[in-house]
Amino acid sequence: MPKVTVDGQEIEVPHGATVLQACELAGKEIPRFCYHERLSIAGNCRMCLVEVKPGPPKPQASCALPAADGQEIRTDSDMVRTAREGVMEFLLINHPLDCPICDQGGECDLQDQAIAYGRGASRYEENKRAVTEKYMGPLVKTIMTRCIHCTRCVRFSEEVAGVDEIGALYRGEDMQITTYLEHAAKHELSANVIDLCPVGALTSRPYAYEARPWELSKTLSIDVSDAMGANIRVDSRGGAVLRVLPRINDDVNEEWISDKARYQVDGLALRRLDKVWLRKKGRLQQASWDEAFTAIAKAKAGSSVAAVAGDLVDCETMFAAKALLAALGSDLLESRQTGMSYPTDSLALVNFNSTFAGIEEADAILIVGSHVRWEAPLLNARLRKAVKRGAKVFIVGPHWETTFPAEFLGEDAGVLHKLPGHVGEVMSKAERPAVIVGGGGLVAGALHPALALAQAWNAGFNVLHFSAARMGALMLGFAQKGGIADMVNAKPKLLLSLGADEVDYSAFGDALKVYIGHHGDKGAHAADVILPASAYTEKPGTYVNTEGRVQLADKAVFAPGDAREDWTILRALADALGVNVGFDSFTELRAAMAAAVPALGREGLADYGPLPKADAKAKAAGAIVYPIKDFYLTNPIARASHTMQRCSAELLHGEDFAEAAE
Amino acid sequence: MLADRDRIFTNLYGYQDWRLKAAQARGDWDNTKALIARGQDAIIEEVKASGLRGRGGAGFPTGMKWSFMPKESKDGRPSFLVINADESEPGSCKDREIIRHDPHKLIEGALIAGFAMRARAAYIYIRGEYIREAETLFAAVAEAYDAGLLGKNAAGSGYDFDVFVHRGAGAYICGEETAMIESLEGKKGQPRLKPPFPAGAGLYGCPTTVNNVESIAVVPTILRRGGAWFASFGRENNKGTKLFQISGHVDKPCVVEEAMSIPFRELIEKHAGGIRGGWDNLLAVIPGGSSVPLVPAEQIMDCPMDFDGLRELGSGLGTAAVIVMDKSTDIVRAISRISYFYKHESCGQCTPCREGTGWMWRVMERLRTGDADVSEIDVLQQVTKQVEGHTICALGDAAAWPIQGLIRHFRPELERRIAEREDAMQVAAE
Repeated sequence: MPKVTVDGQEIEVPHGATVLQACELAGKEIPRFCYHERLSIAGNCRMCLVEVKPGPPKPQASCALPAADGQEIRTDSDMVRTAREGVMEFLLINHPLDCPICDQGGECDLQDQAIAYGRGASRYEENKRAVTEKYMGPLVKTIMTRCIHCTRCVRFSEEVAGVDEIGALYRGEDMQITTYLEHAAKHELSANVIDLCPVGALTSRPYAYEARPWELSKTLSIDVSDAMGANIRVDSRGGAVLRVLPRINDDVNEEWISDKARYQVDGLALRRLDKVWLRKKGRLQQASWDEAFTAIAKAKAGSSVAAVAGDLVDCETMFAAKALLAALGSDLLESRQTGMSYPTDSLALVNFNSTFAGIEEADAILIVGSHVRWEAPLLNARLRKAVKRGAKVFIVGPHWETTFPAEFLGEDAGVLHKLPGHVGEVMSKAERPAVIVGGGGLVAGALHPALALAQAWNAGFNVLHFSAARMGALMLGFAQKGGIADMVNAKPKLLLSLGADEVDYSAFGDALKVYIGHHGDKGAHAADVILPASAYTEKPGTYVNTEGRVQLADKAVFAPGDAREDWTILRALADALGVNVGFDSFTELRAAMAAAVPALGREGLADYGPLPKADAKAKAAGAIVYPIKDFYLTNPIARASHTMQRCSAELLHGEDFAEAAE
Repeated sequence: MLADRDRIFTNLYGYQDWRLKAAQARGDWDNTKALIARGQDAIIEEVKASGLRGRGGAGFPTGMKWSFMPKESKDGRPSFLVINADESEPGSCKDREIIRHDPHKLIEGALIAGFAMRARAAYIYIRGEYIREAETLFAAVAEAYDAGLLGKNAAGSGYDFDVFVHRGAGAYICGEETAMIESLEGKKGQPRLKPPFPAGAGLYGCPTTVNNVESIAVVPTILRRGGAWFASFGRENNKGTKLFQISGHVDKPCVVEEAMSIPFRELIEKHAGGIRGGWDNLLAVIPGGSSVPLVPAEQIMDCPMDFDGLRELGSGLGTAAVIVMDKSTDIVRAISRISYFYKHESCGQCTPCREGTGWMWRVMERLRTGDADVSEIDVLQQVTKQVEGHTICALGDAAAWPIQGLIRHFRPELERRIAEREDAMQVAAE
């Protein structure tokens, strides 16, 4: 390990570290704009200059210089200070004095570093440069006059997102960052460039002029728009969630979140269920909680009660429902709303066992029936990394636009039983192969055939779920052997729907359908009783992502109107039905849940035991159909969101939105 | 004065045909097989012994540069030679003469140099505006292939070697070696960060050496006549013959091959017919292309024209593009125009150059008319210092040096203009 001296302090740095990293290890702050840990090194902002001996008698860009044994690095010399002041002056001469009206104000790298490393006054007497406005789509607002040409956005879209849509035009001081032909950047991670932009050139369009960062209360939470369980920070003011930002978690989402996770939150204020509704003479009418509970009790369902969990619910809600049903004498629980009935006796069989971080190391990957870009955009970025390291990817299922080279093997799941020779050869010769089965593959019965292949190749076996609630639901036993069909056949008199919006309710006939949820979507339309509940930002909760990682979310805001936290509704319902569920507070509920399913009481990866042996007789057959038809409208919150609706219309259906004249 | 028998470029003026037959009559491609048969190390040693320093401006010893290339490919990557014919420095026009009148010297040099550094192929990157020159070069390469001098078993040497000609699109920055490599790869011409240096990872990530046209074209003659012959010209550490390109206020502007270290006065008198209006009329000289600082008349007159002699004057030999300016020159306007050139050609990648070149040009324009404060001269000087040495490539330095030269030698002129304008404004106000 090379030994270097930073400002007189001797430290050892890992091999391959840069001088900038060495300085950080020594506790020195190095200002930077273009450098970003997760992007390639550009070295173009020149802000990170330090003095390095031995070397030429001029300051060196520390981000690009490898740390070598015996280097003497100075970050506090006169040379370094003047160099930083000089670069800062250059960055500011053409940067507009927009700070009072700029959305980046308060969280702007340029602002902060100008104060810390700048000269304090400008000597520039000429006119400032202005750049014409660019259009980057419904999510990213651009004010390109503010751009300092760090090219982080360019590198992000090339390297992480895998689409060459952002680039630089012209040269010298006329250089401009723009998207190809000024079209919207069309990929699922596009809004991450807003976080990457160190200045206010790329800001959030839906959040424009909404708030200042210091006005917001920040709550740590978990995203529910897919099964990745991305770590997010919910920024709210008063009762309103204003924006969602990613948190850094290298195991899960690295530093990114999908556009849906970021921008579905305006849907939290729209189409909300904030009152109790009761269906009388075929029409839903407002009612009180008492009326609703009385109506439910009057159904006298006894033990003929079932509960189906939606895609967004937390484990506590599901556990409360499970406890209620158990007290009533029923275990008719299901979470796979669309009728899937894969075996769940071993959870390792339906888990993403390689882990997200682990899949990056895979050198050959077979994907069975998953549109990864839409079902898990963050996993797609990981797959791209694996491919960049040399992995080969084969996909069974209809064609989708991959962001990496991949070979499509056909739409029919039956191809698993007669794979082309070269596929078997690549997979069996690979050192760390992996198999990923998506929702489309599960429907086509590909679970065991894919497992058989994985075990033959000694490959990592993974199931990629799409619903945030799925793994938690399966851990809590929300699964019938025959899927939801079993529940239909049991003809329950009372059906509790925990925000389930994808169920075909007509199959349940005369059952009294109680919808406990937060949005007036498909489930509420079919319901006889609507009990307004909380969305994911409005309650604390436990979520388990598709790799079996148990994560906790906090409550950011209160639910609107009469809406309550879900577990309190179920607890009150227990009283109305005259049974005891054994908990009176959220803490007791969590304790009871941890006692019933210990893994849910511990944050981190749950242990599901070893994989079972593949069932050799199982046959996969039939054309694979991906579950998602529209990436931006997959859940009730997103469907209510104006931003997501516009994204869907503009980015997926090619509608034009004329910009209103300003 | 260089004797005719010692000239390398015997068809510099195009009095003879450039084609293969005529070139062979002048001695090109004469038993190239034997030159190659000496082996890689012997060729590099001979070039080292000749003291040849890179002719593209930086003056890095050519033989040493070649020796940085890997002796064998450990991972199967081929090596490449890239020949820089993107001659865009204002004042420079030597590569153009070589390519249009003596292209086979370059192509033969490419083969020998490529062999010496174990390169698989040579890419000649020619400036976009050189249309006729590119046509000649394409034709000359085709001739060489037809004659079996390139391609499989090139010139009967048993070595397989290809030469590709690539036309640039007219960006000055593509003359910077790593920007040239980017451009060859089909990307936007922007310099790369170093390290890694091209000898480690250059074109398509393979070991690459980038050499100037003149550096390559003189190699066959050096090998034929011996390094000692080449080293017999010029002072220590500044050996050989060099193409000087004399332009500006001389009687007969020309490109001429001369021995290194020839005194400036002799160079001008012998080849350019003297200064327009006599030696007393000389104001200043930019001795090495637009990027080097100017040198005032009294300092340059008897200066030896070589790397070290001009460095002692705070300037540089550069490409030996001598721009002579007599006393009719508006020296501030001249330097301001050079500043505009660098502002226009900055690639925009890194901050000091992108923002600094425009700033410097705008201040220069105001200094031209005197519409400035005397303190702004110092600010300008500081800005050039803030650009110099803080950029990824040398364009930042190239933009800063001419202005530094101007302030160093002509500050009284700048102050005079400011005072004159102030007086005029005063008069106008009264």
